[in-house]
Amino acid sequence: MSGISFENVTRVFTRDGKDFLTLDDVSLSVAEKEFVAIVGPSGCGKTTCLRMAAGFDAPTRGAVRVGGETVAGPGPDRAVVFQQFALFPWKSVADNIALGLRNKRLSRGEIDAKTADAIKLMGLAGYETAFPHQLSGGMQQRVAIARAYVLEPQVLLMDEPFGALDAQTRVVMQEELVRIARLNPRTVLFITHAVEEAVYLADRVVIMTRRPGRIKEIIDVASIRRTQAWDRHANVEDVMDLESFVHLRSHIWRSLREEKGGSER
Amino acid sequence: MAVERLLLGIAGFSAFVCVWSALSVTGAVPRQFLPAPWDVVSRALALTAQPFAGSTLQGHLASSLQRFCYGYLLAAAIGIPLGLAMGWYRWLDNVVSPIFDGLRFVAPIAWVPFAALWFGTGIGGPIMIIFSGAFPPCLINAYRGARFVDRRLIEAAQMLGTGSFRTLTEVLLPACVPSIVAGLRVSAGLGWQSLIGAELIVASAGVGYMMVQGQSNVSTPTVMAGMIAIGIVGFLIDVLLRQTESMINRRRGLA
Repeated sequence: MSGISFENVTRVFTRDGKDFLTLDDVSLSVAEKEFVAIVGPSGCGKTTCLRMAAGFDAPTRGAVRVGGETVAGPGPDRAVVFQQFALFPWKSVADNIALGLRNKRLSRGEIDAKTADAIKLMGLAGYETAFPHQLSGGMQQRVAIARAYVLEPQVLLMDEPFGALDAQTRVVMQEELVRIARLNPRTVLFITHAVEEAVYLADRVVIMTRRPGRIKEIIDVASIRRTQAWDRHANVEDVMDLESFVHLRSHIWRSLREEKGGSER
Repeated sequence: MAVERLLLGIAGFSAFVCVWSALSVTGAVPRQFLPAPWDVVSRALALTAQPFAGSTLQGHLASSLQRFCYGYLLAAAIGIPLGLAMGWYRWLDNVVSPIFDGLRFVAPIAWVPFAALWFGTGIGGPIMIIFSGAFPPCLINAYRGARFVDRRLIEAAQMLGTGSFRTLTEVLLPACVPSIVAGLRVSAGLGWQSLIGAELIVASAGVGYMMVQGQSNVSTPTVMAGMIAIGIVGFLIDVLLRQTESMINRRRGLA
């Protein structure tokens, strides 16, 4: 009941009186509890897709539905994790996480209990009273993920969430995300331009063309993950060494390179 | 570093006093035009003990400060909410900005005739003058804070289900605090300046009034004692607000 569907979505931006076709007739559906990653060259409109699902933006033509309902605006059933974290700098870690719960008008006791759970889940214990600027980028993004997860949203929208992190932190956060997704699976739309990350995390990877963005190819990673038993391996690097992983990654790379070459011509 | 800065500050100040003393002692400038530093200090001390123009120096300062507080608080109370609203609602910006941009170049002192006419020379007139000095920075800074607020913070609040009024109080207002406080600091300086200017013409007590009375009694040390009192109080107001500002910024990790 909580899938995401893009139905013939077209988005035209107007700047300085000129029209820019950003998304051209995109149709995609993300099933309930499915993890879909979108990869594509810069400016292909992948972030626009996510912003429309979040309700920050609306399609020029077509419809975006979440759980069968047309998206009319932002709301806590569709929690967003931003690339630049977007934490409230004047609120402590605990207060950042609790804001969404306070909006739901839960009792003080419930808010505290849920906040404490989220803090524990994301490995933030001991940092409750810290302010965002006192934390590293990785820790800040843990807070942002906790803030999203604590709302128990129908869908989770992640816009290049690890793009601002260093390589090592990024790997740790990818493993964390897999761990949390197993404990508490959600419908996830994940935007990235890191191919390995997409293959490692997603059930399906959507490859988009350069602008105007169209869906070029959809790759079913989940079936390969199952048949090749990727989940036996606990670490990212072990999975990434598997022949089936390398094969998929190279395939996506090649597909993206065609797009990149096209835009530079 | 801090010690070096302090020493340099003291050195600069001493040099200033030395040049001033030298000018008076050598008679390069006649005493009635430039009173000697010790004349000014002894006059200032005398003013704290015996009333002049109706009140002692601290009495005049108190009535100036009181007026200042009224006008300043009024400017903040109107300027900050209006500035925030203008930054948030584009239509209000379009309505108010042309009037505001025209009026803010009119110096506070230019309002004196109307301030006296409309609000009298007692408490109302001077309050209007200080208001006209203190209001623009309050408004402009609150406006800039709201207009250039990080959109992602607003979006983050919205996706967390924060209603529109609570988005204003929970996100927009706190996000604008650093620029509001910066505005309050500039505004205090301008307000304090305009108040003294106003008191030279309007008012029947206050440091500015005391200086006018000193002038008509040809008591240059009284005028200069007033100037020094204004400088010291203005400096203290600025120090107080600067401390507040850096305290707030430290808490946010901005300093």
